[in-house]
Amino acid sequence: MMQHSPVMIVLLPLTASLLCMLFSKLKRKLGAYIVIASIVAAFVNAVITLQRVMGSPDRVIHYAMGNWTPPIGIEFVLDPLNALLAVLVTFVAMVVSFYGLPFVKDEDWLHVGGYYTLFGLLTVGMSGMIITGDVFNLYVYLEVMSLSGYGLIALGGRQSNLAAFRYLLIGTIGASLYLLGVGYMYAMTGTLNMADMGRLAANYLNSPLFAMAVGCFVIGFGIKMALFPLHGWQPDAYTYAHPAAAGLIAGCMSKVPSYAMIRFLYYVFRVDNPVVTAVLNAIGVLGIAGMLLGSVMALAQRDFRRMLAYSSVAQIGYIAIGMAMGNMYGFVGSVLHIVNHAFMKCALFLVIGGVVHRFGEVNLFRLGGMHKKMPISSIAMTLAALSMVGLPPTAGFFSKWYLMLGAFNAQQYIYIFVLVVSSLLNAIYFFRIIEQMFVQQEASLTEVHPVTTRLGLPISMVIPIAVMGLGVLVLGFYSSDVVRIIMSGLPEVFVR
Amino acid sequence: MWEVINEFLQTKGIYSLVMILFFLGVYGMVFAKNYMKKLMAMNVMQVAVIYFYLCFAQKDGGIIPILNGATTDPNMYINPLPHGLMLTAIVVSLGTTGVALALLMRIKELYGSVEEVEVLRRASK
Repeated sequence: MMQHSPVMIVLLPLTASLLCMLFSKLKRKLGAYIVIASIVAAFVNAVITLQRVMGSPDRVIHYAMGNWTPPIGIEFVLDPLNALLAVLVTFVAMVVSFYGLPFVKDEDWLHVGGYYTLFGLLTVGMSGMIITGDVFNLYVYLEVMSLSGYGLIALGGRQSNLAAFRYLLIGTIGASLYLLGVGYMYAMTGTLNMADMGRLAANYLNSPLFAMAVGCFVIGFGIKMALFPLHGWQPDAYTYAHPAAAGLIAGCMSKVPSYAMIRFLYYVFRVDNPVVTAVLNAIGVLGIAGMLLGSVMALAQRDFRRMLAYSSVAQIGYIAIGMAMGNMYGFVGSVLHIVNHAFMKCALFLVIGGVVHRFGEVNLFRLGGMHKKMPISSIAMTLAALSMVGLPPTAGFFSKWYLMLGAFNAQQYIYIFVLVVSSLLNAIYFFRIIEQMFVQQEASLTEVHPVTTRLGLPISMVIPIAVMGLGVLVLGFYSSDVVRIIMSGLPEVFVR
Repeated sequence: MWEVINEFLQTKGIYSLVMILFFLGVYGMVFAKNYMKKLMAMNVMQVAVIYFYLCFAQKDGGIIPILNGATTDPNMYINPLPHGLMLTAIVVSLGTTGVALALLMRIKELYGSVEEVEVLRRASK
């Protein structure tokens, strides 16, 4: 049983979400419980897998699908990097799946089943993209993730259909470019296995096809991860997404393509050739532009969710510059920021989802006195906001610290300057909200879903918010352990 | 002169056509004013990628790879893998089109139009 733990991460939620509609028809909420149970099981399997990876001698597990040996067959390859991210994605999905229950409380079976089917498939797509070792398999999971993501965004209400449709158009360009890149690489190397491709691509580094393929991959993933000039779809999509799923969509859906970009640039194409170096420099410039413009745009927003969406553009910029530094600290900082930002952004979206659920309010200037109405949410939101700014005990500080170290080692002082400026802008727009929540007088809000308990929200929403808020602190305290895991799976370029 | 053109058409001609088709699709998605047309342009773009795979898998005088067929010489076989991959890609593009059409129907219901200008005008109200 233990040897099958990698495939169970994907297989269990996939089966459960495909059966979800059937069970929902039988009993309204049964399907939802089955999907939640399967995601919990996937999380357990991910943790087991991470333990097995760290325990195995060369820190890699290969799982050949149906015992077809790679490179002919499709394989799942787990090294510390993607085992860690699989744990992250399944954990966030698990927490957010509990959070969704109050939102679908009064809906009919079609909506409950539909929501949880899409939610389960989104989890499948993301964790599959992370653990697969086959480039075409990655495309399939990418599309599973995107299609269920479009569905979840479209469930959000009136304006969300338009946002989902536009995201669909732009996202399909990204996926098609990725497929085109896979075509170039396949025509060149004749293999679809990532490790094999990485080995064989070394012979073609000077070919124009190689440059073309790298360009296609970077633009394709750049669209999916909302790298700065390609982020046009993202504010609308995050703003109008289903409030229950926004935590997962905003927290992980753009991080997984950035992981895939890291995987391709650092593990498949390797960074020590001129094409990839040039691409990395371009990503660095885009990252800087994204950090500054994203932060400034976030400052100008009145809608809490839209502000968070623009702040995500800036945070993707952090990941991008970490990638672009091309040294070990930058790499560690980049991966650490993927983990930390998933927690922070998820916590913030869960809090605003709670406010939407109870009051139907998203204007950040009407959150006055929220600490009396929703104490735990306010504290979680404060922790996440402090982490976004990068104050020491919280997780955000450590990823910024590693990014700074990386910039210092690469002697790219412009990165340090931009990091500081962006953090200050973060401080401005987050302290504004903290001030609203704790200092300003109470805003008069009408309750859409009245709550009488002192917690301020239904219990299955308060616990996820509290877990995510505390998670930001816990990740900060244990960040040395996370870094140790990342360090044990560094790409070959840094090991030599 | 003609030789150069012939040479180009023989080696790269089909790929340049595929590239033109691809960017025609992207152009249509960016500049078309009607959401339905944008969706059709998206399909053109996806078909271009499928053509690309089929083009590089093509071989003059190649036969289908069957174990007990006319020959067992692997050099005569057409590589079946790109075709297999494209079957998956066709299914994916079908799924994408289905989701997009469903969304488009909802947009038409909500705003009474699929013209971009009209929809944006009514959405901002």
